[in-house]
Amino acid sequence: MSDKAGYAMKNRLVMDAVAIDRALARVAHEIIERNKGVEDIVILGIPTRGYHLALRLQAAIEAIEKMKPPVGAVDATLYRDDLTIKKDQPPLKKMDIPISIDGRTVIMVDDVLFTGRTVRAALNALMDFGRPHSIQLATLVDRGHRELPVKADYVGKNIPTGLKEAVLVHLAEIDGVSEVIVEAAP
Amino acid sequence: MRLKRKDLLGIEDLTKDELEILISTAASFREVSEREIKKVPTLRGKTIINLFYEPSTRTRTSFEIAAKRMSADAVNISTSSSSVVKGETLKDTAKNLEAMRPDCIVIRHSSAGAPLMLSRYVGCSVVNAGDGSHEHPSQALLDILTVKDKKGGVEGLNVAIVGDIAHSRVARSNIYGFTKLGAHVTVVAPPTMMPKDIESLGCAATYDMPAALKDADIIMMLRLQLERQKESFFPSVREYSRLYGLDAAKLKRAKKDVVIMHPGPINRGVEISSEVADGPFSLILDQVTNGVAVRMAIFYLLLGAAKEEAA
Repeated sequence: MSDKAGYAMKNRLVMDAVAIDRALARVAHEIIERNKGVEDIVILGIPTRGYHLALRLQAAIEAIEKMKPPVGAVDATLYRDDLTIKKDQPPLKKMDIPISIDGRTVIMVDDVLFTGRTVRAALNALMDFGRPHSIQLATLVDRGHRELPVKADYVGKNIPTGLKEAVLVHLAEIDGVSEVIVEAAP
Repeated sequence: MRLKRKDLLGIEDLTKDELEILISTAASFREVSEREIKKVPTLRGKTIINLFYEPSTRTRTSFEIAAKRMSADAVNISTSSSSVVKGETLKDTAKNLEAMRPDCIVIRHSSAGAPLMLSRYVGCSVVNAGDGSHEHPSQALLDILTVKDKKGGVEGLNVAIVGDIAHSRVARSNIYGFTKLGAHVTVVAPPTMMPKDIESLGCAATYDMPAALKDADIIMMLRLQLERQKESFFPSVREYSRLYGLDAAKLKRAKKDVVIMHPGPINRGVEISSEVADGPFSLILDQVTNGVAVRMAIFYLLLGAAKEEAA
């Protein structure tokens, strides 16, 4: 699907609830395979939707491994690089690191990977909480247009987008319906 | 979300929405102080000057810690060691400080209105840390946050504020804050310490402490400024303590789930007995903890975003 085609259409549905579940199930398998199990893993979602995706990944991993890695939230707001540029202060969200991350493998989860700036901020936030063995990044959607050298380890779906398009992730837990929509540029 | 103002001078001119933004932001900031590394880079490169014309331990330290936990540079000026003793006016001090390009000045002054005056002289943000008998907004915010935590909300609660209402900036800021959020405030004081027309601020007033305690969900004791005895506001400390001090005997008449607050510093055995101050109903130290979070929120909301272009 090219940018051109996307531009010609209005809003397009790129993932429905079933597609999201399948993608998360595959990512769960990949996490287990790559880490040879989930003993030392902690899953931290970037609020709001990254946190709910983290909970879903936890459930998917538990279904496979019969083991439940701890889940928490890492709020990158106070570490953003645009605080003194933006006109409005973004509201603070949930910061909840359930166990020490020292020596553990952190799976950081976000809904959409775009410029990479949120991930950079979240990495800095995490470093203030300890020294993890490693940090891996999982994202439901990778929409391209990176501005920093950031790469996801696990991707639910690569969706090529125009720079001005918006990618909306809706999750049943918050929005009543689970879907991913690419909204055409205004 | 934005506090669309340069300064925080008082609670009186805040809207309910602004109050709620400040309180909810403060609640989020508490987590930072629970960390092992109690610092976030949010206000890196910002300079905050604490300009204190009155002695203060708690408030000044609290503002300083809040600034440092946000990675701002905090500079403290107390008047005893500054040019004020050489006779410099507030205006000159302000102009000179501004020439060093701070981002915020936190001021405590014995004259009501000093922060407002300062805010007109300087382009940076000004935060009122207590001005005369006028307002002490950060104290009211931390009191509201403390009550919200304990009671789940503020609306509909009965708040009794007891003590020298006439000379208390804490009382005034709390009357504005709690009434804006829908609480019922009753001020309790001896006649000499009860300002005329205090009801015009939206609170009830009484000289009868036992009656006020009976219905109170929150009892807020004010510090008795002992130096006021020289000004004949009360005959003796003992009499004041007997009539308006809070001890275990008076507390027996209060509700079972009442909570006790005090802005500090406390005069043990005067306005509050040690038994009560250190007892299970006391939230005094929670107030202090919340103070840091509230001041972090104030800095974040005043300094966190880009300066609005002058219209």
